[in-house]
Amino acid sequence: MEARPRSFYFLAAFFVLFLIFLYGPTITIAILSFQGPQGGLTFPMRGVSLHWFHELFQQQAVGDIWGSFARSFVLGLMVMVTTVVVSVMGGLAFRKRFPGSAVIFYLIITSLVIPSILISLGVGLIFSQSGLTVHWSTSGFGSQLTWTLPFGLLIMFAVFNRFDKSYEEAARDQGASAWQTIWHVVLPIIAPMLIGVALFGFTLSYDEFARTLLTAGSYNTLPLEIFGMTTNVTTPVIFALGTLTTGFSLIIIAVFLITVLVLNRRRARLGSDAGKGMV
Amino acid sequence: MSAKSALELIKLTKRYGDTVAVEAIDQTIPNGTYACLLGPSGCGKSSTLRMIAGHETVSSGDILQNSLNITDLPPARRGTAMMFQSYALFPHLSVVDNVAFSLKMKGVDKKTRQAEARQLLELVDMAPYGDRLPTQLSGGQQQRVALARALITKPSILLLDEPLSALDPFLRIRMRTELKRLQRELGISFIHVTHSQDEALALADHIIVMNGGRIEQDGPPQTVFDAPRTEFVARFIGGHNILGETHGKMAVRTDRMSILQDQPEGQAMPATVRAVEYLGTMVNVTVEAPDAGELTVSVGDTAFFAKPVEIGQSVFLKWKPEHAHSLAA
Repeated sequence: MEARPRSFYFLAAFFVLFLIFLYGPTITIAILSFQGPQGGLTFPMRGVSLHWFHELFQQQAVGDIWGSFARSFVLGLMVMVTTVVVSVMGGLAFRKRFPGSAVIFYLIITSLVIPSILISLGVGLIFSQSGLTVHWSTSGFGSQLTWTLPFGLLIMFAVFNRFDKSYEEAARDQGASAWQTIWHVVLPIIAPMLIGVALFGFTLSYDEFARTLLTAGSYNTLPLEIFGMTTNVTTPVIFALGTLTTGFSLIIIAVFLITVLVLNRRRARLGSDAGKGMV
Repeated sequence: MSAKSALELIKLTKRYGDTVAVEAIDQTIPNGTYACLLGPSGCGKSSTLRMIAGHETVSSGDILQNSLNITDLPPARRGTAMMFQSYALFPHLSVVDNVAFSLKMKGVDKKTRQAEARQLLELVDMAPYGDRLPTQLSGGQQQRVALARALITKPSILLLDEPLSALDPFLRIRMRTELKRLQRELGISFIHVTHSQDEALALADHIIVMNGGRIEQDGPPQTVFDAPRTEFVARFIGGHNILGETHGKMAVRTDRMSILQDQPEGQAMPATVRAVEYLGTMVNVTVEAPDAGELTVSVGDTAFFAKPVEIGQSVFLKWKPEHAHSLAA
């Protein structure tokens, strides 16, 4: 094997430090969530148990964990679907320059640079001032979209930048209407990227804090609930909650990845000669 | 069919902003013709093809197909089908579904459209690959599928945008033969855009040489090659030496010139051999003449090796006056 230069070891050590910095807290919380029944919020571990996970499913003194989880989940799905639909339509619209397209583009991007908490404050104020109920599914939903839509749109820009226009011309040449072209050609081709946008939309919403802080109304989403609990709860149950939600996020990502994988497999299998019955 | 069963372009013009890509071209292509639009890149040949296909709007002028004005019709209602340079096979559909796509759009049921698609695949020798995805095919195979997909719409004109440029040289020549065979069997018009004069000469019944958005010359390949109308055509189609004479420019085919080692009787052009290029059946001798600059003479290999010339040698060029062909300014 070739001898590594000294810089390799230096950079490798630096990278390991970075990884520890990145995942250390999460791993620490994961370890502490298995604290024994007598254990506290910090090391040392007093035995190992699933006690705090069990506790999580009991009635809590403070915090509506499962209620807030359900709200976050539903909100995540709402944001996900809206982000995908609007980003695709926006991406299609921006493929051609139209009057005012540059202005609209900058307006959209602006909401990415405005501090989240200001948007939260603004949306919350508008809702309460105009007599609308501040609720996670209305003001909270809208406030989160100011974050996910620009991102989704930027992804779609990248997607359509690489999209070969001759696919659409070929479809039109073959007699497809504009709708048929979108439905039978454009959407299937960009489908894997749409899964990415969906995943993005969901996870951004699921862990959004600042934008929902002043727009969720009386019912908290999960991140807000967890934040509330950190100031009140003094047992490792909060670590168990952290571990569980992290696990949940990983599962969501895995589900999306597996979906992509299965889609690709199915396409590949279509083409292989193995096990080909006469059609 | 009416007496005028042909594609007609009338003062067809394409402008992009201030630039004119195609400038008021007139052209008639009778049905059943293999026509080649030939020219360097940017000459307007692709724009012309895309206007005929309906993928590019016409700035002014008209396109008639069998006396019917199709200028503003959508692509699928023109009786044309296009084969794209990149083939544009739908990557998410199997070969059969790609070919059956137009039938699916028309609402033909699955069994019928797949059966028909398989017939077309048979025609292009791709029957065993029906269940594959386009990415699992070679370039040549993809092209056959693209051909089948275009032909399933039963077009009266097939439009091909540089169909052979993505293939390796060996395959290019094979597909060339096959395109010609298909066109003859189907009896429909092919309009083939290319920048390769070899391709155009080999395939076309009718060559249309374009330059700067205009048609420089059109006609049967033999006429275009033998009697190029302008200096541009003579240079682009190749195989010609351009000589500047007192009464205008002349073109002489490189194989109509002969190299003599000793000064002959009568008129002959003195020159010096600069390069010798052996091409198998022919040998191209590049010479420099004080009066005409660099010229090429193509000599048959037998004739050349019977009396070879060497680089640096002084020679004399001779040709018959009837082989010198005057060019339009």
